[in-house]
Amino acid sequence: MTLQAHDIGLRVRRRSLLDGIDLTLAPAEILGLIGPNGSGKSTLLRLLAGLVRPDSGQVTLDGRRLDQMPRRQIARRIALVAQNAETADRITVRDAVRLGRTPWLDALRPWSDADEAHVARALARVDLAHLGDRDWSTLSGGERQRAHIARALAQNPQILLLDEPTNHLDIRHQLEVLDLVADLGLSTVIALHDLNQAMRCDRLAVLQHGVLTAIGPPEEVLRADILARVFGVQATVLIDSHDGSRLMRFQPIG
Amino acid sequence: MTADVGVHAARRLRAPPWLWVPLLIVAAPLLGAAMGETPIPLSTVWQALANQILGAGYALDPIDQGIIWSYRLPRALVAGACGAGLAISGLVLQTLLRNALADPYLLGISAGASTGAVLVVIAGLGGGLVPMSAGALLGALAAFGLVVGLARLSGGGTSARGAAQIVLAGIAGSQLFNALTSFIIARSANAEQARGIMFWLLGNLSGVRWEDVGLALTAVVIAVGTAFWHVRALDAFTFGTQSAASLGVPVGRVQAALVLATAAATAVMVSITGAIGFVGLVVPHAARFLVGSRHARLVPVTALIGMVFLIVADVVARILVPGQTLPIGVVTALIGAPAFAVILVRARCAP
Ligand SMILES: Nc1ncnc2c1ncn2[C@@H]1O[C@H](COP(=O)(O)OP(=O)(O)O)[C@@H](O)[C@H]1O
Ligand SMILES: [Mg+2]
Repeated sequence: MTLQAHDIGLRVRRRSLLDGIDLTLAPAEILGLIGPNGSGKSTLLRLLAGLVRPDSGQVTLDGRRLDQMPRRQIARRIALVAQNAETADRITVRDAVRLGRTPWLDALRPWSDADEAHVARALARVDLAHLGDRDWSTLSGGERQRAHIARALAQNPQILLLDEPTNHLDIRHQLEVLDLVADLGLSTVIALHDLNQAMRCDRLAVLQHGVLTAIGPPEEVLRADILARVFGVQATVLIDSHDGSRLMRFQPIG
Repeated sequence: MTADVGVHAARRLRAPPWLWVPLLIVAAPLLGAAMGETPIPLSTVWQALANQILGAGYALDPIDQGIIWSYRLPRALVAGACGAGLAISGLVLQTLLRNALADPYLLGISAGASTGAVLVVIAGLGGGLVPMSAGALLGALAAFGLVVGLARLSGGGTSARGAAQIVLAGIAGSQLFNALTSFIIARSANAEQARGIMFWLLGNLSGVRWEDVGLALTAVVIAVGTAFWHVRALDAFTFGTQSAASLGVPVGRVQAALVLATAAATAVMVSITGAIGFVGLVVPHAARFLVGSRHARLVPVTALIGMVFLIVADVVARILVPGQTLPIGVVTALIGAPAFAVILVRARCAP
């Protein structure tokens, strides 16, 4: 399943939020989306999820235009974990994850054991099975984030769009989420803030003021000149003597 | 605590819903008709009904027969329909707007419906061809559009501040439409009309006749049916509109259908009984407290509690002050305001 953006642009009140974005998400690829705050990462993910229609260009899924597909068909293939989705409702974690089955249900196909199995599997996948009956309001930020990912997995998607999923997580759970995403084997677009974590993606796309300024393998994209231009930081590469992996250290320029 | 006891009792009884729901729907209006300043035995109510519908020919006092058939029964039926309709409207608005304070009365939708109804009845809009409830529907939709538009413009949304903006916009909308209603009455109505209208505006079931029953039941069946058809979509709004869309819900179409159905219910109820407050606000919270937040149970339970609540409120309105019938809106406010205070305090105490 291939998700493609063809020269998409979006304007709000004469201001250009995204402009001329071309990208292709290959099957089973993990594409990292990086860029400063307000560069348009969340907006791009909303467009890729078909929630917002681009003003110019188009998003296609296996060659079909997203804006001509019924929402339900999109939701069976693409799941989005948005940046801050909250609720004041009194629901259990399992109920929240059950929402992921929505696109697969209708009047003729009511809730079944198969749906319950999807939910149980998704909860186990994010290590939350023991909290299934807990009230949503009692979860920590990290547990909520993982529950959102479980909800997305319950949609049984082929493509996963994650908007800064490691926010609010302690370092251990950050690494666990990244490991989980890598293990899932789904085509994934993941917006990230931590550039060292971004290094683990198959490819990286760099957004600046709504324009894609670089895209390619991490070692090509995370170059000192690009980081200086986009983030305004001076990056130095360190080598971990333990296993020889590259690490980056940042300092503000000027 | 009491709710837990209730739930456990219900579990132990294990009465299947297909049994007790229809039973409750039939029994509540009959009990409502039996109670009043002069209580009438349930058996008499039953006989009056049998006489009227089946021509059973029980020997009854024609006055009792008249009170039950022409006065109390249509009144109880409209009260039940109205309670269910307003409660469902409140529930749907609370879910769609992600706002615990949403309710047709607070958001000015009832006020808009009143304006529309008065425009038709007093100012003669539509030249007598437009029914009052159609005018009320137009007024309700205009008020909803205005309030939500104003809330959007002022940064309303699902954030805490946005939630307050919606309620503030609702207050502005209510004030505006109430002022318009008063203006229309002052301009076009004679003194006698004005007195009648003012009484009706407070929420009143006194004028209810059998003609109103069909309309009220139709409106409530459509509203509850539409909500019931969309229970999964309503659940999907748990984490907001965008989340619902990403779960495959055709948000625009669902919102339009639900808003139209509930605005129509509100409009019909207002055109029959005037604006009744607190039902749409309090009843969904009570239902959530009893059965949780999933709409498959929340929708029917909200409708049933709303129905019972307003039938009871009407009985209270008829017997509280001897020799006089209070406007039902007064009773719902007397019960609803403290209940709402409890909800507010509980919400603060919740973890
Ligand atoms: N609906 C909207 N209307 C107007 N501006 C918006 C809207 N959504 C996002 N923006 C603006 O678009 C820019 C990009 O936002 P966003 O995609 O959230 O950035 P990021 O996720 O990279 O931090 C920001 O400047 C934000 O203010
Ligand atoms: Mg963002």
